[in-house]
Amino acid sequence: MTEPLLHVRDLKTYFVTEHGGGTARAVDGVSFDVYPGETLGLVGESGCGKTVTSLSILRLIPEPPGHIRPGSFIEFEGRNLLTLAPKELRAIRGNRIAMIFQEPMTSLNPVFTVGDQIAEAAIVHQRLSRRAARARAVEMLTLVGIPDPQERVDHYPHQMSGGMRQRVMIAMALICRPQLLIADEPTTALDVTIQAQILELLDRLQRELGMAVMLITHDLGVVAGSADRVVVMYAGQVVEQAPTRELFARPLHPYTEGLLASVPRLDTRVSQVRGRLHSIPGQVPAATAWPAGCRFHPRCPYAWDRCATEEPPPLDTPGSEPGTHTVRCWLLTEPQRRERRA
Amino acid sequence: MTLPAPLVQVEGLVKRFPGARSLLGLGRVRRIVRAVDGVSFAIAAGQTLGLVGESGCGKTTVGRTILRLIEPDAGRVTLDGADVLGLGARELRALRRRMQIVFQDPYGSLNPRMTVQQTLAEPLAIHRLAARPEAERRISSLLEEVGLDPAFARAYPHELSGGQRQRVGIARALSVEPQFLVLDEPVSALDVSVQAQVLNLLAELQRKRRLTYLFIAHDLAVVKHIADHVAVMYLGKIVERAPATVLYAGPRHPYTTSLLSAVPVPDPKAQRQRIVLQGDVPSPATPPPGCPFHPRCPHPKKSSRCGIEPPALREVAPGQFAACHFAEAPM
Repeated sequence: MTEPLLHVRDLKTYFVTEHGGGTARAVDGVSFDVYPGETLGLVGESGCGKTVTSLSILRLIPEPPGHIRPGSFIEFEGRNLLTLAPKELRAIRGNRIAMIFQEPMTSLNPVFTVGDQIAEAAIVHQRLSRRAARARAVEMLTLVGIPDPQERVDHYPHQMSGGMRQRVMIAMALICRPQLLIADEPTTALDVTIQAQILELLDRLQRELGMAVMLITHDLGVVAGSADRVVVMYAGQVVEQAPTRELFARPLHPYTEGLLASVPRLDTRVSQVRGRLHSIPGQVPAATAWPAGCRFHPRCPYAWDRCATEEPPPLDTPGSEPGTHTVRCWLLTEPQRRERRA
Repeated sequence: MTLPAPLVQVEGLVKRFPGARSLLGLGRVRRIVRAVDGVSFAIAAGQTLGLVGESGCGKTTVGRTILRLIEPDAGRVTLDGADVLGLGARELRALRRRMQIVFQDPYGSLNPRMTVQQTLAEPLAIHRLAARPEAERRISSLLEEVGLDPAFARAYPHELSGGQRQRVGIARALSVEPQFLVLDEPVSALDVSVQAQVLNLLAELQRKRRLTYLFIAHDLAVVKHIADHVAVMYLGKIVERAPATVLYAGPRHPYTTSLLSAVPVPDPKAQRQRIVLQGDVPSPATPPPGCPFHPRCPHPKKSSRCGIEPPALREVAPGQFAACHFAEAPM
């Protein structure tokens, strides 16, 4: 098997909250790998720690109040990013690993032209001249499908639509041909027809440039269409990870199961439609007070006494190769309990 | 089968906004934006109309002009036969008891300095429905009805989650016992698991209280779960309107077809032919001539006629209306 490009082990990112609210364990022992050229989907609802995970990889967590706990390990191309000197880290950020954010509105600087902003990384990392970098910026605008790139390169962000701005963000991120692109909810702020354009663009660029993509989203539909493997997060932990088809065909963590069942779907039969949607009772607990035992147990339909006291480790699913489909749930040790409920 | 009489009727609704002035308000006035451009529909009592479209299509403005939170420029709106647009301020206030709104943003639509109790007591006081001891009883039962513990009455909005706030927003709308609710993207800001809870609550309240809903949304999958009829808007106009089952099974307007195909389906095995529309929605200040959708339209039969002659919204199948010259040959 090929070596992972990014290797995250036991990542813990905590935040000390104001007025004595305690420590928010936003990311609390997260492990996963990203392989060269693949798309890994990182899915979860607000507050599950998916964005903090991605920011931790590039060490963009504001310290204080945040800090990455000792013992956490993030290896990229054979180097531990958590112990790199700032200078070495800067050589990776925006160069080997690039990131795009949800808000194309606020992630672009309103007082510089998009051309200047796209070219900046090439000037810094590849030491291109201004003229050469500008030419590269025009090339990138063409690559991301912006019409009239020669003219658009001198436009300011406010002269562009949301979809165009997201294309500019992608051009900025990809100008140095990164090995890994972290895309944090890249289409959430966009309309559905524009979302389809951006997802198609990301798919095409990934094929053409051969990079790996870490796609962070709350939308299971987006993941189903784009990701090779999926990591599901809940309450600061990875609760399930599996190849995409496997996860959707056989969700084994009760949270994954509940989440999939609560998505309103277009592909349901009309007769089923007007019934009640499945919903997960209660709400995500606060990061300062995760429940004891399994963190999902207060909302879980299968929970029994063991779940309230003992935290399950990631367990391999029977019949799958170790590490390919793991689930943090005691049901894996007592599968008959699931059938009894059903 | 006889159709129930419509509770809400909207005819030829128009709202124009003056375009923004350039140069800090000193420049010449820009073109007028036709945010809502001749919208008509009816909603039968106890039913839900889903009003769907992308940002800027005018769906929110439709909802607000019906309630006269924004004054329309032309058109006719009736609620249970009463002419909403012709009313004076006093009569309008009385009519507002019968029609209420729930907003999208559960963070921005509650006053952060008022407790839940105060928020819910205000409409009761304005409409002189209940004074103190009775008001408190009603607030408790309202909170229970929307699935919140009555103890939440003492809470401030910042102490509540997004889903809980949205339940308070619903309770506030229900407090005056309206017949008709405009639900403006009521679940768009919520997480999936919470979204399902709120959708179920809305369906249950509708059944119990025989409410009529105008459900405004951008998500066709969400609308499929709640609407009896669906109207699709593009650049201020309704481009297709039909019973939900008919529209989802066989859309006639190429924009509806494209919207449906763009919704991501949570099934990796779904081999769908996704239609990816090119370009952005044009500015409503400068809508294209002819059919407003023609510059992006993927219909294979698209012709020069589309760029000249605006298609009328016409009945192309029983109960199904579409504004496309080629609605008889859908994509």
